[in-house]
Parts: sequence; structure tokens; C-alpha cells
Amino acid sequence: MGASNFVEGVDLAFKIIFGISLFFLVGITTVMLYFVYRYNRKRHPQAVQIKDNNFLEFTWITVPLILVLLMFYYGYVAFSPMRNVPKDAIPITVIGKMWVWTFEYEGGKQSPVLVVPLNKAVKLNLHSDDVIHSLYIPAFRIKEDVVPGKKNYMWFIAQQPGEYDVLCTVYCGLRHSYMETKTRVVSEEEYAAWLKALPEKSAEPDGLVILKKNACTGCHSIDGSKIVSTSFKGLYGKTEKVVTNGTERSITVDDEYIMTSVYDPDKDLVVGYPKGLMKTYRGIVTEDEMNKVIDYLKTIK
Amino acid sequence: MTEEKTHHPEPSYLVDTGKYKGLMAWLTSTDHKRIGLMYMYAIMVFFSVGVILGVLMRMELYWPGQQIYGPQAYNGIFTIHGIIMIFTVVIPGLAAVFGNFSLPLMIGAKDVAFPRLNLFSFYLYVLGAAIALASQFMGNGPPDTGWTFYAPYSIQTQTNVVAAVFGAFVLGFSSILTGLNFIVTMHRMRAPGMTFFKMPLFPWSLYATAWIQVLATPIVGITLLMIIAERWLRIGFFDPSLGGDPILYQHLFWIYSHPAVYIMILPAMGVITEIIPTFALRRIFGYKAIAISSLAIASVGYFVWAHHMYTSGMSTTARWVFSLLTFLVAVPSAIKVFNWVTTMYKGSISVKPPFLFALGFIFLFMIGGMTGLSLGALATNIHVHDTAYVVAHFHYIVFGGVGFAFFAAIYYWYPKMYGRMYNIKMANWSFVFLFTGFNLLYFPQFIIGMMGMPRRYFDYLPQFTFGHQLSFWGGILLVIGFVIMLITLFSKKGAKAPDNPWGGRTFEWNIPSPPPVENFDIMPELGVNEGPYDYK
Repeated sequence: MGASNFVEGVDLAFKIIFGISLFFLVGITTVMLYFVYRYNRKRHPQAVQIKDNNFLEFTWITVPLILVLLMFYYGYVAFSPMRNVPKDAIPITVIGKMWVWTFEYEGGKQSPVLVVPLNKAVKLNLHSDDVIHSLYIPAFRIKEDVVPGKKNYMWFIAQQPGEYDVLCTVYCGLRHSYMETKTRVVSEEEYAAWLKALPEKSAEPDGLVILKKNACTGCHSIDGSKIVSTSFKGLYGKTEKVVTNGTERSITVDDEYIMTSVYDPDKDLVVGYPKGLMKTYRGIVTEDEMNKVIDYLKTIK
Repeated sequence: MTEEKTHHPEPSYLVDTGKYKGLMAWLTSTDHKRIGLMYMYAIMVFFSVGVILGVLMRMELYWPGQQIYGPQAYNGIFTIHGIIMIFTVVIPGLAAVFGNFSLPLMIGAKDVAFPRLNLFSFYLYVLGAAIALASQFMGNGPPDTGWTFYAPYSIQTQTNVVAAVFGAFVLGFSSILTGLNFIVTMHRMRAPGMTFFKMPLFPWSLYATAWIQVLATPIVGITLLMIIAERWLRIGFFDPSLGGDPILYQHLFWIYSHPAVYIMILPAMGVITEIIPTFALRRIFGYKAIAISSLAIASVGYFVWAHHMYTSGMSTTARWVFSLLTFLVAVPSAIKVFNWVTTMYKGSISVKPPFLFALGFIFLFMIGGMTGLSLGALATNIHVHDTAYVVAHFHYIVFGGVGFAFFAAIYYWYPKMYGRMYNIKMANWSFVFLFTGFNLLYFPQFIIGMMGMPRRYFDYLPQFTFGHQLSFWGGILLVIGFVIMLITLFSKKGAKAPDNPWGGRTFEWNIPSPPPVENFDIMPELGVNEGPYDYK
């Protein structure tokens, strides 16, 4: 049995298409090489001029036509159930954000890993705030784009317990290839227990919520580790070397510097980082929100 | 013929006869043969740049994790690799080089219909390519959107997208004007007696191509301008945060960019259709079927664009309609393959380098086409969409198909272009390396794609390592093959070429190698009972 309810149909379609293709590939190549050998100028110095043959032409129009229609049919029947979600499917909201997947369960509980119960239909409602992502679970043979401003969905029934890769397949910027996580398929009881133990939407400080909402934490960690750029931990009050209009100078990270680097990132650029790495958040994060962010940054020294 | 040649008064087109000498004589020449050659040199240069960028990517991907440069550099490299290879190499490709050099010769014309417009198209090409390249060095760093410029990422990224997009826009005009020129040339300047259905099949393929260039390119032109307007004027066409629709962008982009695949591949098919009869000394089998299938591909090819968007959230109806139409376009391609192979039946085959590359083309094109079937079918597409499988598939079509046909065409018309032969043994070796390297480079990508390796990944999961390493070594072999080919063609002067080294029947083989400036002393004609491929 496949890892999901779609594996069997999709793999059958693959086998039919690859089978027919391989037959023709080997057949045509063999005939072609045989002709090249048999009618080589050494063995066959005088070419015979063959007249066009309507019957042959007709055959190799109709036979491929029938075969490709067959492939179309198998592709369609295995695909069609992917768009018909059972009514009792468990709804989970997938939030794709540069470059993190978040799964939101009923009641607003959030998890970075997709945990689903065995043999139960699960519907994923796909949501993006920034650019297009695409949720891909190769083991389940499913994939659907996560488009900002559009509703899209996918569903599946996991049939084998285990852990499977979850990837992003639409290019979404710097850390596209790191936008991956796991899906864990567990028994129904385990699932219920896990969901219960999942903390409620935590009472995080406002500043951190704003940082996460704008995916700042995709590049700047809050625990001191380096992802793409400087960590937020211990940033406030630190001395940094920056380049301003081509000249290097030392500054202390204060309210004003933080404002500048969010609204005009390339103005005072920390030495060693290229221009344009970070976009401006002017018009996206308000000054009011920025003050909350600064309050938060002061707390994580 | 021989008698005529001995006291031929006309100098070859390679000799400067005008006001200027040397480089200026080339840059100001409206001779279709010189313009064709200039395109060829430019394309070879851009192709080399694209290859180097490709090798850089394969080096970075040799192991998982970061090896020699970071993700931002990688994203810039795959973007410019795509832009260079698509917009400056394969789209102009065979049509610009051999359409210019061979088309007027093959239909018995002295030049294209608008020679000065032709030179202007070349300058637009150079300008567009220069702007696209300059995008790498100006503003906020190289564009990092992929050659597809998908919105809203292309609207939001801070990198230098506008210059790259504008470069592609200018290149589009070069393509439109070349297409227009060829259409008029074929309608108005065929030799007496050469009706449309007596025209050789490479011109036929260019005819179908030219209509796509003229009708489809404006759409991408408008779309690219819309990106610029959205970035500069904040007009919400595509970015939802400005009130736009990102799916609209994908439709507009692929309405051009899918037919663009046929702009690339149709002339390649046309070249193969010329080479096979010449080296089999046999009339092409199914002349009309091949000519009409070119038109069929060009017209059905307009209606399949959304098969690039099966996972975008389109309605189920849209998905199956586009899937069905996609399968229909497979049929005319199959017809051509059957006709090529049948043309070899009872021929008298001489396996010279152009023919060898044609055989390679047929094999690689079949793999490319057949792996496309599981991309056209809905269920299977969902699994391999946007994975390394797609990367392998389109490289088999665009490089295994168009690239190998391009190499075949160079080896085929080289004696006519320069009046010199090349070293046949060396040419055969270049084929061995290119063909082996190509398959080793791209075939593993099918397999890791099936296993779930997404495309455009700077870093990857450990299970894909072996596949990426095979690809790297394939890439190295491929580069060696390409270098051997360049040495074979351009390192030293070969022996003098006869007028008709391969025994071809189309008009270009009846005139001296290299041809005189005005091509034909006496205008050629086709008699009532003569066809383009009358082998004895």
C-alpha cells in the first residue's frame, strides 16, 4: 500500500506512460540503427527512391493519437480525486512564508511540523502572505501552489505511519531550498494526544509576533545563531562596522539605527553584506510596530 | 557547372568589396550570409558564457550544503544562465544563424526581403543582450527571479530585475522583425517554379516559426513592460499586495513562452529534415506530412500554455482541457520522427558528422518528447512538476534537441560558409564527448526528480547527492566535447571544400563555396516535374 491514497493511481499512470514510451524509444532507435547499418553506403551504394505511402502516414497519425489519448485518460482518472475532498476531512491551514512552513490546526494552535493521523482524510488550506510557494510531499505524490491572494487546497489520506519530507517547489527567494519540513503520520490516539499537548497560540511579546509575522526571523535568529544575517540576540547596544555612502564607520545599534536599517536597509550597511539582500519594510511595518519591536529587542540581550 | 566556375567573375562574400575593410565591413554589411555568421559568433560567445555558469552551478551542487558560494549567488547564476540560454542563444538560435545564411540560398533568392531591417534586427539583438548582461553589474545586484520572472517575487525583490526584463523586451523586437522579414522573403522571393509545396523543408520550418515570432512575441513584450510599470509606478497588475493577480502573470508569460519552445525546436526539426535526405541520398519520406506538421505544431502550440500551471490552483476543467490539448501536439512531432527514420530505409547512408549529430538529435529528442508525456498527463505532472525531472526534460528538448541540431547544422553548412572542410575525425570525437556527457549530465536529473528533488535548489537533501555528482562529471565531458568542436571548426584552415561536399540537392549546393555576394549568377528554377529532393 502506498504512503497516501494517491500513490497507486499516480504510479500506475507513470508505469503506463513510461512503458509505452520505452517500447517506442527502443523500437525506433533499433530500427534507425539497423537502417544506418544495413543501408550504409558500403553495403548499399545505390539508394532506392521510395514513394510516399498514405497508408503508412495514416497509421502513424492514428496510432500515436490513440496512445496519447489513453495516457491522457489515465492521467485524468488518477488526478480527478485529488480535487474532490471528502466532507469529513480534517482541515489544517498551511501558511507559507519566506522561508518557513507553519501548520495551523483547529483552535489556532500552530506547529512547524505537519502531524496527521493515519487513515484519515486531511485537507490542507493553502495560504501565503508574501510570494508564491508550493507545498510538495513527494512520498504522497501531491503538490499544490500556495499563492498570495488566492485560495488553493489539497488533500490526502496517509496510509503508512512514518516521517516524510515536505518541500517548497516554487522558487521563493534567498532561502528557497531551506523551506522544508517533515510530515509525521501517527495513529489516531497519538495524534489526539499530540494535538492536545500542542501549546495554545503562545502569549509571545508583541515585538516578537511582529518579527515573526513579517518573517524577519527567517534570516535573523533570536537565539544567537546565524541564518542569513546577524542574530537579534544581543544586537541592541552592540557596536557594528557599517558602510555609509562608501565609507566605513562604527556605530552603536540604537533606536535610530534599527529604524534606518528596516526602512532603508542599504543606507548603513553592515560590512560584509551585499546591497539589496534585504528589502525595505517601509509601508509594511508601521513606526508604532517598530517601537514594539525595539522594546522586544532590548529584552533579548 | 564546372565550366562556369572556372571563369567566375564574382568574388566570394567573405572578401570585402565595399567602402570599409575588416571589422567595419562586417558590422555595416547587409549581406544575409554575413549577418548569419555574425549571429553565429555572438551566439557561440553567449553559449560559452551560459555553459560556464552551468558548470559553476554543478560545482556548487556537488555536495549538499554550501561549497564555493552562497545562496544569493546561486540564485543569480541560475537566473542569468536561463536568461542567456533562452533569450540570447536558443530563441534566436537556428533561425537567426541558418535562417539568415541558408534560407535565401535554399529558395533561390539574392538576399532576404529587407536586408537593412535584417541588420537592424542584429543590432537590436546585440543591444538587448548587452542590457541583459549589464543587469548583472548594475543596481542592487544580479536579478534573482529565475528566467520566468514570476510575480509577485519579481515585483518585490530588491535586485536589478528591470534591466534584465528590459533586455528581454529588446531581444523580443529583434525576434519579431526577423520573423517578419522571413515571412515576406518566402512569400515574395522564391525561385521561379518553386511553389510553396516545392520549397525545401528547412524554409518550411522557418515559415511556421516566423509566424509564432510575429504573433506571440508581442504578448511577452507587453507582459515585461507591465512588470516594469508595476515596479516603478506601483500599478497593481500582478502583486496581490497592490491588488493584482499573480496567476494572470503566469498566463501572460506562458502564452508567449510556451510557443517560444516551438520557435526553438521547429527550425531544429527543419535542419534534421535537410540533413537526413542528403546523407541517405534519398527523397524525404512524407514531404507534405512534414511541412503540414510544422504548421500544426505552430498552431496547436498556441493552446497548450497552461500546462505549465497545473498546480497553480486553476480549475479542474482548465487543467484537463489543457492536458488534452497538450497531448494533441505530441502527434505532429511523432509524425516527423517516423518520417525521418523511414527516409533512411533503402537509402545509401554515409555517416558523416552532420548525420551523426542528426541521429543523436533524434534519440535525445525522443527522450525529451516522451518524458514530456508524463508532464502533460495530470496525475503524473503533479508529482514531478517543478522538480529536477522538468529540468532534465527541457534540457533534453532544448539542448539535446535544439543544441544538437545547431551543431549538426554547423557541421553541415560549414563548408558552404567558409569554403573549407574540417577534420572529420575530430568532429566525430566531439560528438562522442558531447553525446555521452549530455546523457550523463541530464539523465540522473530525471531520476532524482522522480525521487522528489525540487528545481532551483541551492542546497538539497542527502539522498540526491549521487545524482548531482554524476551530473557534474557529465557536465565536464560535455565541456570537453564543446572545446573539441570549437578547435575542429576554428583552430586552423582545412582543405578547400568543393561546391557540393555531401551531394545535397537543394539550391545552395549548386553555387560556389563560399557563395558570391549575390548568391546566384543565373537565377535557379524548378521545372514542373522537379521537386526539392530529387535524388537519382
